[in-house]
Amino acid sequence: MVAQKSITVAGAGILGLWQAFTLANAGHRVRLVEAAASPFERSSSRWAAAMIAPECESEASPPIVRDMGRAGLEIWRAVYPGLAANGTLVVAAVRDRSELTRFQRVTEGSRLIHAGQLGELEPMLADRFDAALYFPGEAHMNAVDAMSWLLAEVQRLGVEVVFGEPWNGVVPGDAVIDCRGIDARHDLAELRGVRGERIVIEARDVSVSRPVRLLHPRQPIYIVPQGNGRYVLGATVIEREDDGPMTLKSALDLLGSAYAVHPAFAEASIIDMGAGVRPAFPDHVPRIVASDDGRVVRVNGAYRHGFLLAPVLAKEVADMVAHKEQQRQFVHVATA
Amino acid sequence: MNVRDQALHEADGLSLYGERLASRILLGTAGYPSPAILADAVRASSADIVTVSLRRETAGGRVGERFIELIRGLGVKVLPNTAGCRTARDAITTAMMARELFATDWVKLEVIANDDTLQPDVFGLVEAAETLVREGFKVFPYTTEDLSVAERLQRVGCEVIMPWGSPIGTGRGLVNVAALRTLRAYFPNATLVIDAGIGAPSHASFAMELGYDAVLLNTAVAKAADPARMAAAFAAAVKAGRAAHLAGLMPERDMAVPSTPVVGTPFFDLE
Repeated sequence: MVAQKSITVAGAGILGLWQAFTLANAGHRVRLVEAAASPFERSSSRWAAAMIAPECESEASPPIVRDMGRAGLEIWRAVYPGLAANGTLVVAAVRDRSELTRFQRVTEGSRLIHAGQLGELEPMLADRFDAALYFPGEAHMNAVDAMSWLLAEVQRLGVEVVFGEPWNGVVPGDAVIDCRGIDARHDLAELRGVRGERIVIEARDVSVSRPVRLLHPRQPIYIVPQGNGRYVLGATVIEREDDGPMTLKSALDLLGSAYAVHPAFAEASIIDMGAGVRPAFPDHVPRIVASDDGRVVRVNGAYRHGFLLAPVLAKEVADMVAHKEQQRQFVHVATA
Repeated sequence: MNVRDQALHEADGLSLYGERLASRILLGTAGYPSPAILADAVRASSADIVTVSLRRETAGGRVGERFIELIRGLGVKVLPNTAGCRTARDAITTAMMARELFATDWVKLEVIANDDTLQPDVFGLVEAAETLVREGFKVFPYTTEDLSVAERLQRVGCEVIMPWGSPIGTGRGLVNVAALRTLRAYFPNATLVIDAGIGAPSHASFAMELGYDAVLLNTAVAKAADPARMAAAFAAAVKAGRAAHLAGLMPERDMAVPSTPVVGTPFFDLE
């Protein structure tokens, strides 16, 4: 039995929610504080497409992110009833066929399928692409639904959740787990923000049931179904620490790519456009940084992989709090 | 590296606008999996210059200062580019902004005619080059292999001319070798850099064999499964191609010529 501790989690984005959930489940007394006055208002997590795609993401991520992501996927499967686990499709225009070959070469776990098989999975795409890569093991969800579910769960577990209270830097109780994302940039020297834009559309004439990634030499995009005819189109990657409104160029790129996947997207309604800032370290691998004799633990730098990695990061920190060092598998803990 | 190689290497630096550089590779910084991998690739390539695209990063005057710090932290000279600019005016504005950000008067000038082929707009290019040279910039224009355009660029003050091998990101290598040979022969004293289209180390080596002064590449390294290793492969290829050029390649012949004379060779039918 673990000794009960009194722990504050700062930040109620996907990392903070998972952290509070995991610590509360382990029997600790948890307080979750969030600077924004209402849930998810300032969190970059709400902009996420929430693909749990460790294989596809490994195309441009180091192996540790893939391994953590695989473990993350297992935890999501075991815990979250809203997970849609029907795989990912990766497609490319005929002239960009070489992108498909390259993608398959640098990832694992996919099958090259042809139009007929594609038609069985996604009937609407059969006459659009003559080939696709199918990653059957991957999953996705609606980001805000998942965050709302986690919030309800932590409240049910007795976590005291306080909105409109930024963490003031002091440590009440035994420890503070700092999950503030880019707001922690002044406490983490190498952390930077990477702008990402996305669009939510509602397309009644389109029926796609799993994430579709369109490879393109310049602008790869994804379309992720959110239920109720809604889809997230994302996402740009711009080296700018700026969450201001979407630019015309980015909108053209994202909307144009959706149209390229299927012309039926042309009549979709645009529900929401916007940008978030992803917190990242130079190697795009998240870090757990302990300071103050372990009384302050900062978890940050999940980059594009907040939903993918949050369950694993939360578990690593919980094991650390319980001094079960030997159970930590992945993250090298730095001491500030 | 043996003593002769060393001597050759030292005597054979590259000069760009009066600056002496050891490496003949200019490396682009776009599209790497992470800044950490980019840094590894830059080291492995031994490049002394990296190009940085700023069009999107500087939109609205806001730029990620930590990203800029990362680029500065690479410890090499930064050549800002105007990638994504569609008009001369756009390219000039971006160049001005880059000059302030990186405190350099070097600029890789791109004016793009259309997004599909990324073909240079050579008219806008000459126009922007003329203005920028007047404003004190040292301009590295990304152009086609067209000789008359290269001549215009030289006339407005570009000491370095950068013809494409093939369109940006295609990795097709040097598709119009005859024109590239002509360009080299026509401008024996200009600094000519193959920019864009290099997909494999053999392409870079070939460019150096043709007598080009340097190569500029990005995608071939950034999108390799192991970017740092590919960067090292390019470094070796460029060195080999340059040495071959200096050593003097044998001319091609129509007929086979045995390396050992046949007539008078005793026992030549022993096998």
